[in-house]
Amino acid sequence: MDQSPKPAESGLIPDSSGQEFDFGHRAGRRWGERVIAGMLFLCGLVSILTTVGIVAVLVTESIGFFREVPILEFLTGTRWSPLFADQHFGILPLLNGTLLIAFGAMLIALPVGLTSAIYLSEYASLNVRGVIKPLLEILAGIPTVVYGYFALTFVTPIIRTVFPGTGIFNAASGAIVVGIMIIPMVASLSEDALNAVPQALREAAYGLGATKFEVSTKVVVPAALSGVVASFILAISRAIGETMAVTLAAGATPKMTLSFLESIQTMTAYIVQISLGETPHGTLEYSTIFAVGLVLFLITLGMNFLSQKVTRRFREVYE
Amino acid sequence: MSSERFKPNNRRRRRAGTIFKTVCLVSIAFSILSLALLLFDVVRDGAGWLSIDLLTHYPSRFPERAGIKSAILGTLWMMGLTAAVSFPIGVGAAIYLEEYAPKNWLTRILQTNIANLAGVPSIVYGILGLAIFVRYFALGRSVIAGALTLALLILPVIIIASQEAIKAVPGSLRQASYGVGATKWQTIRHHIFPVALPGILTGTILSLSRAIGETAPLIMIGALTFIAFPPKSPMDPFTVLPIQIFNWTAKPQKEFHELAAAAIIVLLVLLLVMNAAAIFLRNRYQKRI
Repeated sequence: MDQSPKPAESGLIPDSSGQEFDFGHRAGRRWGERVIAGMLFLCGLVSILTTVGIVAVLVTESIGFFREVPILEFLTGTRWSPLFADQHFGILPLLNGTLLIAFGAMLIALPVGLTSAIYLSEYASLNVRGVIKPLLEILAGIPTVVYGYFALTFVTPIIRTVFPGTGIFNAASGAIVVGIMIIPMVASLSEDALNAVPQALREAAYGLGATKFEVSTKVVVPAALSGVVASFILAISRAIGETMAVTLAAGATPKMTLSFLESIQTMTAYIVQISLGETPHGTLEYSTIFAVGLVLFLITLGMNFLSQKVTRRFREVYE
Repeated sequence: MSSERFKPNNRRRRRAGTIFKTVCLVSIAFSILSLALLLFDVVRDGAGWLSIDLLTHYPSRFPERAGIKSAILGTLWMMGLTAAVSFPIGVGAAIYLEEYAPKNWLTRILQTNIANLAGVPSIVYGILGLAIFVRYFALGRSVIAGALTLALLILPVIIIASQEAIKAVPGSLRQASYGVGATKWQTIRHHIFPVALPGILTGTILSLSRAIGETAPLIMIGALTFIAFPPKSPMDPFTVLPIQIFNWTAKPQKEFHELAAAAIIVLLVLLLVMNAAAIFLRNRYQKRI
């Protein structure tokens, strides 16, 4: 860019006679340029304001909550019952539910997503890719409330047939659909990472007599590991923030459990429950959604940072 | 170099390869099968309820009289207002970042911040919208409060997509424009923007199709579910298709589930049309440069 012609900011160009050629609106043009640059900068600033707004709202509204409920009790309590007469404000049951869903979703999405990515990047012909990629994009584009419907009307009945005695609301159903939901994300981000591995590495391995399987799993995947891990972290973060499918399918019973067949409640589902209910604004019960929202925001933000760090720190740089 | 230690084991290695390839294929098949089952489930439940009445009736306590007119109109309002707010701001921010921003700490923060915002759960945007638009600006539980919330939600996606589109404009175009004496804005306005526009529009349409499928943030800002009238102004209360679907799905009666499935079909068709439009734009204008 340094050698390229500079924009004519002054609007003045000396003509052949040595006199300056006046385009007519030079003052106006210069002024207009500044105004436009300023306005575009303001557009960029909106994103900063959004972040500031999110943090400010969550923190200021949570302060009132933490005046009444000690932070330690909030973070270590094992009972969550803000709406009952016997009030407890320990977030661990909600965290338990959220992590249970995220863990179950991971069990599905990480292996399926990664092997799909390997297939697309190493095995599939262009034609096959051309069919599968759009299908995965469709899967990624389906609204989460539709996954919720699918969980409740299709997955849950199957689970209840296989495990009789399971309730209508159970963690397994939510975890399965959230897992399906994030497969495309893992597959497409991992595939990008695998595609970025230079062809020379593959050819070198083939030259040594490796099979396609060995090239894929011992050369390409390790070389792209940072990108693959980053995609895993982003997908888990997405599973943690997922709302509608778990609200519909996983229930509204905050509890400490490791069983997938019980009704649980995630942080997101709790926030939805309160905002749908009759809880009046300004009460302690209502302010719980900001405290829970703050925890949710911090967890997902931390995971996003982590994934960026992994990408930057462990990226194998070729050429 | 003792050759006794080396066993090529070719057959076993090849068999491992075959097994692995099969596992990969099963994975792909699992995703595609899930998609097929989901669509099958929805169409099986909902197809019988698709009718003109469904599209022209307002919600009702009685399934046979219930329709999604207010939800469709609410979704259209939401789409229009969200696009009107997020498109200019998103494109403006992208132009700033690509063409104006100096390489300094502020720009780096802006860029990192946009990437992080794209990963914030949508329900957190709902909390933001509730506190800022509904309460602080006292917009109430209105169409405009919902649209502003969704606009913030999809802004990072629009910015990132527009940046990609602007990056793809060849530098020679810029230099030619500067070379004949155009100012920076004239160059952007007349040469860079028109070339990047198809890419920008594609990104915008795709992010809008994400917005109209969003439920959680609109539940947060209090989009009502029982609305028996269409919004007449941006300040009116509203409902949208995903919220109507959520509402019906959460009911125990089977009839309402089937209504929800019918509404899902309508929503998916709408999304399909938008995606087809995006693909059409991409293919139609891609080859110009």
